[in-house]
Amino acid sequence: MIWDLFVTFIKVGLLSFGGGYAIIPMIQHEAITGGWLSEAIFQEVVSIAGMAPGPVATNSATLIGYRVAGIEGAIASTLGMVLPSFVLIILISVFFYQVRNSQWIKASFYGLRPVITGLIAYAAIHFGFMGKDQSFISWQTPITLIIVFAALYSLVKYKLHPLTVIIASGILGIALF
Amino acid sequence: MRTNAKARVILLFQLFWSFLRIAPVTFGGGYAMIPMIEREITAKRKWLSEAEMDDILSLAGSAPGGVGVNASAFIGYRLGGISGAIAAIAGITIPTFIIVCLLSSGYSQLADQPKVAAAMKGIHGAVIALILLAAYRMAKNAVFDKTTCAMAIIVLLVLLVADINPIYMIAIGLFIGIILLQVKQLLGLQVRTEKERLDYSREEAQYVEYYI
Repeated sequence: MIWDLFVTFIKVGLLSFGGGYAIIPMIQHEAITGGWLSEAIFQEVVSIAGMAPGPVATNSATLIGYRVAGIEGAIASTLGMVLPSFVLIILISVFFYQVRNSQWIKASFYGLRPVITGLIAYAAIHFGFMGKDQSFISWQTPITLIIVFAALYSLVKYKLHPLTVIIASGILGIALF
Repeated sequence: MRTNAKARVILLFQLFWSFLRIAPVTFGGGYAMIPMIEREITAKRKWLSEAEMDDILSLAGSAPGGVGVNASAFIGYRLGGISGAIAAIAGITIPTFIIVCLLSSGYSQLADQPKVAAAMKGIHGAVIALILLAAYRMAKNAVFDKTTCAMAIIVLLVLLVADINPIYMIAIGLFIGIILLQVKQLLGLQVRTEKERLDYSREEAQYVEYYI
């Protein structure tokens, strides 16, 4: 199990272009298809990874490992997630100037960036409204939408600190749900 | 020789310590860390120039993996070789690792409390907003012509409808850009691989992690 976690997160780490939220659909696929976690626990993992400080990608890896196999699982998953970065970054550092202006790399990124945009948008929709065990739309959906728009508005318009927005949403949740 | 070894240990410890302090106070994912890392490394410690830092950050954003982890690995490697990279990654990973495990076990114990469950539902909304914001920032750099716009929409629809491993999407994305650009060149169309930057202001540099 611990070895499976390690190998899976190496795979995810190697292909996690766009970092953070872009890898959520990948982790979701691995964790749920692999039967490690239920949708409900996965939702909880993403919430905690998003509200905790630090990078979302490594946070999610740590949390999934922790929920699946305790501290050993958390260590294996985090190491798996970080290891590809470590190796690739050293390789890139060594070939710094060759990599930078390669036309091939630019062409791949041209195709990759929109794919990642789609992945992140999917992460938002799935995490928001499809992952729950209950039906797609429930009486809670409008309240969630109100919180989403309020949070988005205060993040973009008033440039509020993400932590402030998270705490305010928590309080709003206690008041409304 | 002895002082050399001592200086090296001090450097490794300083790297570890600098990154240790950044992670626990940055909320909202990797991109929130970038300004903190820049300030610590260029302004405070004066380890690298701002130009070197910009190069590093653009590469850190393009490589797979979290931006924060990549940036720390780059800086650590540049300053202290492989052991420097390890020290920097350990510094940025360990505090959040502990925080996340504590949060998770704390939440498991309190999950049955109605107030905690309600607060979590509210936070759920905030996290959706943070993800949407990340998608929007990505789109700003990624979607600038009909091809890229169509690709983003197709990827979203396919993921919503079919149960496809997203890893394949990424793998396809890596090659389809090359193929599409070749086809466009053959057709004699105008080719652009990046969004044009009309005025490169400091404000844009904040979103440096979205080079990819």
